[in-house]
Amino acid sequence: MTLNGEPTEFLCSTRQTLLDVLRDELNLTGSKEGCASGDCGACSVMVDDRLVCACLVLGAECDGKTVESIEGMADGENLHPLQQKFLEEAALQCGICTPGVLVAAKALLERNNNPTETEVRYWLAGNLCRCTGYDKIVRAVMSTAADMRENAK
Amino acid sequence: MSSDNRKYKWVGTRQIRPDGHDKVTGRAKFGSDFSLSGMIHGRVLRSPHAHAIIKSIDTSKAEALPGVKAVITSKDFQEQPAELKAAGEGMINYRDMTRNVMAREKALYDGHAVAAVAASTVEVAEAALELISVDYEVLPHVIDVDEAMKEGAPILHEEMVPSGMEVNGPTNIAKFVEFNLGDTKKGFEEAEVVIERSYKTEAVHQGYIEPHAVVASVAEDGQAQIWCCTQGQFQVRAFVAQLLGMPASSIRVTPSEIGGGFGGKTVVYLEPLATLLSKKAGKPVKMIMTREEVFRASGPTSGGSMTYKIGATKAGNITAVEATIKLLAGAFAGAPAGPACMCAVAPYDIKNVYVNGYDVVVNRPKVAAYRAPGAPISAFGAESIIDELAKELGIDPLELRKLNAAKKGTQAAYGPTFREIGYEQTVDIAMKHDHYKAPLGPNQGRGVASGFWFNIGGESSATVNINEDGTAVVISGNPDIGGSRASLALMAAEELGIDYDKVRPIIGDTASIGYNFLTGGSRVTFATGLAVVEAAKDAVRQLCERAAKIWEVDAEGVIWENGHAKPASTNVGDFEPLSLANLAAQAPKTGGPICGHNAQNVQGAGPGFATHICDVEVDPETGSVSILRYTAIQDVGRAIHPSYVEGQIQGGAAQGIGWALNEEYIYNSKGQLDNPGFLDYRIPVASDLPMIDAVMVEVPNDRHPYGVRGVGEVPIVPPMAAVANAIENATGVRMSALPMSPPRLLAALDQADIKEAAE
Amino acid sequence: MESIEFQKPETVDEAVKLLQGADGNAKILAGGTDLLVQLRAHMIDPSVIVDIKSIDETRKLNKNADGSYTIGAAVAGAEAHERGDITADWPGVIEAWDLIGSTQIQGRASLGGNLCNASPAGDSVPAMVAAGMTANIAGPDGRRTLPVEEVTAGPGKTNLKKGEFIVSFNLPAKPSNGGDAYLRLIPRTEMDIAVVGCGVALTLDDSGTVTSAKVSLGAVAATVLVVEDAAKAIIGSKLEPEAMSALDAACQAACKPIDDKRGTVEYRTKVAGVLARRAVSIAAERAGKN
Repeated sequence: MTLNGEPTEFLCSTRQTLLDVLRDELNLTGSKEGCASGDCGACSVMVDDRLVCACLVLGAECDGKTVESIEGMADGENLHPLQQKFLEEAALQCGICTPGVLVAAKALLERNNNPTETEVRYWLAGNLCRCTGYDKIVRAVMSTAADMRENAK
Repeated sequence: MSSDNRKYKWVGTRQIRPDGHDKVTGRAKFGSDFSLSGMIHGRVLRSPHAHAIIKSIDTSKAEALPGVKAVITSKDFQEQPAELKAAGEGMINYRDMTRNVMAREKALYDGHAVAAVAASTVEVAEAALELISVDYEVLPHVIDVDEAMKEGAPILHEEMVPSGMEVNGPTNIAKFVEFNLGDTKKGFEEAEVVIERSYKTEAVHQGYIEPHAVVASVAEDGQAQIWCCTQGQFQVRAFVAQLLGMPASSIRVTPSEIGGGFGGKTVVYLEPLATLLSKKAGKPVKMIMTREEVFRASGPTSGGSMTYKIGATKAGNITAVEATIKLLAGAFAGAPAGPACMCAVAPYDIKNVYVNGYDVVVNRPKVAAYRAPGAPISAFGAESIIDELAKELGIDPLELRKLNAAKKGTQAAYGPTFREIGYEQTVDIAMKHDHYKAPLGPNQGRGVASGFWFNIGGESSATVNINEDGTAVVISGNPDIGGSRASLALMAAEELGIDYDKVRPIIGDTASIGYNFLTGGSRVTFATGLAVVEAAKDAVRQLCERAAKIWEVDAEGVIWENGHAKPASTNVGDFEPLSLANLAAQAPKTGGPICGHNAQNVQGAGPGFATHICDVEVDPETGSVSILRYTAIQDVGRAIHPSYVEGQIQGGAAQGIGWALNEEYIYNSKGQLDNPGFLDYRIPVASDLPMIDAVMVEVPNDRHPYGVRGVGEVPIVPPMAAVANAIENATGVRMSALPMSPPRLLAALDQADIKEAAE
Repeated sequence: MESIEFQKPETVDEAVKLLQGADGNAKILAGGTDLLVQLRAHMIDPSVIVDIKSIDETRKLNKNADGSYTIGAAVAGAEAHERGDITADWPGVIEAWDLIGSTQIQGRASLGGNLCNASPAGDSVPAMVAAGMTANIAGPDGRRTLPVEEVTAGPGKTNLKKGEFIVSFNLPAKPSNGGDAYLRLIPRTEMDIAVVGCGVALTLDDSGTVTSAKVSLGAVAATVLVVEDAAKAIIGSKLEPEAMSALDAACQAACKPIDDKRGTVEYRTKVAGVLARRAVSIAAERAGKN
């Protein structure tokens, strides 16, 4: 598969999910396992440009696919605007949900650079956060969207 | 709203947290992100029965399975004494603890660990579990606190003798506590209005997104390394040492980054198992709980059954309160009955208060702390009945609270007299806030509630090492669950007078820093912060001494200002200020490395108070509740890092809203947990909540150099009553049981309709 | 635990052969949002997993010349949601599909999977039924078509024979003056399994009278229900209060729900009526807009 822009080979059993492959075979532990049943979103990744839970995709399915995980979000030393905004706006506390939230938020802003608060909340409903109450997360996403619209001018 | 006009350079600013980059890039290592070469994997066999005698366990087939390296059961754990042993601030019952981590005579809840296996892969370990045969004698079970206290209830521990009361024969009551102030009989005689009510709450889980995880490695010489997500690495060390009979010095516990704890990671589940398996197998062992195991086998908080009686004059003066609070402890004693009683009406100045509480065992996982343990439950009752009282008296609910507000000098029902506190300010702000005046539409309602938590101090150690280049490293021992590292760095930077970016805070393992009590009790920014400040001051003292040496003057003649040593006055001499960097560079010549240190048992934690306002809209045909608007006003002492203080307030409020509306443990008739997953254990999702307006009041705690009060726990105390009061305001229906989920609310609304139609 | 074979056939015939060969021990993989959960929970133990997403027919969403749609059984909700045409024609079906889980689940969730998982609460099913959708099934004996409501046989069970799988669905052309809607009740605002679901499709004449209707309820019986009495209650009416009450009552009467961790019998029954009224109103409003 192509992972974060790099051709990547791996071996896995049929039972292993994409999350298992990322974490256990490729040592990319940025995607987290919170539930293994697609209910928490901590394992969110992009597969062929679709936001999915890596725990609900088989590793075997990813042959020939393009996968993007949190590890590919920054461009070398340069953080993605969302990552930077999350730091500035304190949109994380313990940080366990953060990789999943960032991947999901990035997917949103790539499709809709002017989401309403409601649209952000419903888009992120699949990313559980127990620490923040979502307030600063939503603000950070909307603020990044505003920046992106401004920069696009 | 600070009553202190000092201007700070760093304290109070919103810097980027030191661990931030790692956390937004996925680089940060949480509990399950760690691996050691040669590592094998452990899994736990858990009882499917809520209550059963374990007659025998046969592990022979499991041991024979290729790939299995070690199998353990309770016979591998030594018996523990029944008496309580001190560990940090609390008294620990190790006899209970060893049985909780590995069942001995009985399985006491669905999910109770009965055996554990370590094998080359997780699959082999799971296959091995299936080969272990356990001979259970299933017994009747009890999971409800009221049922457990009745005559004839199934008894969990035949030999348990309750503390605080006398009973004839076996009982499920582990403890009885009571707090008395004044004379409630007289107080009720003075009352012109008396209301009595009962309330019930369900057990709820802390709901941290990161399951428990550990890697343990025991070498042939008995030295153990443990890497785990925990709120207290020193607790883990103490517990593993006691349970496994190892000296504390042979165990080194490194806390990973932690994906949420809220009190639930202040205890051990997997750590002793992984350590023992590693010892037996001679290899590092990794163990992770599945989400299902987290719910079935790690401590939620108590469910509660309460009665309240409140009396007041028609003018609104509360003359007496009596309450009984029964809390379920799970399989072993430890429900927070004491704190629940102590916090119940703590925001108020009431002369006659009698509150008692029961800690009752039932066939559920042993409860663990959850953010202000006990207080949200008792506050649900207290703040609901105060709301009813306000309605009965025709007094605005905030006015009523202000009339009876605790102030400096008020004696709390649980003993202490308050120093300077900010409760009344939170009520005043609520009354004047836009939210309180905003218009409401049809099916909409508004509720208010207050809350209190004592916050604690406790043992903290910190070291401030000055590097050769004038930067500094601050080592302390508390896992950072909310951004405390940033606050510690801010305070150190302020004291040292150097840039925040030049201060690197790290969290030491048990071998690298002195004892620290766990991260909890809203204590880190307060107590560990105090130790950090003192350690920084110690470093500053040494820096001044070095300057004095260089200038050949007395140390008393040197002061520290803006990161520089200066002569105290022109009498001392005419010397150019020496920067920290300069002094650091000269350290080898002036006496060697400069390290500030402090270790103490911090006292003087300032209690926290809050008042919340909540607007809801109820769909009268379905019982669905939307939270329209939420404002949380809290006295935070001083917000060292305002963003993270706001974050604590918002997060606590969100958890309280979940507790109010949809979270509960659901059991089937066999006492097995029916909803051990995030699908049916319903924590709030992003679309369930509005923005949560966190308003910080700063009434500094005079026992801390920067006025810090603990902030993390208070915010979860008011929400359940605030939501219930708002629902009552919207519908006229009083919900006295949690959660107020749509089926329950609709049933209550329909009942009310029927009653109204009948009248 | 035995190891599982993974197969990715590129034609329908190959897939059928694989399913036959596994003699009932094969599992189809479309979006995987149910399959992987069940695999992890050891609820199933297949000898082979057949990923059908390499078969063109299962992945295409085509609008046909007559205005009807052919929807591949493995098309993901997120893909359908992006299509302006089907969303405008059958907003109820798309809404229902869209409600299956979170955005992440939507990236994978398919109609084939949602139907064949045969949960009584599957969100897409009442809307598919109300819209009159049929399933195109391929098997060892060739092809056949079944109305969606005849596919499920009970919780977790379908009427598919050994070796059969759903390749695609037919969604009729939107009737002029037609409108559809799907509503569900869940305790939170997202992420929950439906406690009650109601799908409605109807047509109005120019006077605003209901000329045809189909009302379907989910999560209130072992399989999805088609409530004929509910349709009868509103056909010929202009949705006056009496007609709506009759609709409500008919839905309540048709319910055979259970008490479980998501809702009580009493609650589901009552809310079925409430949702039916609301869904009918929305469908009628949409129909009226044409």
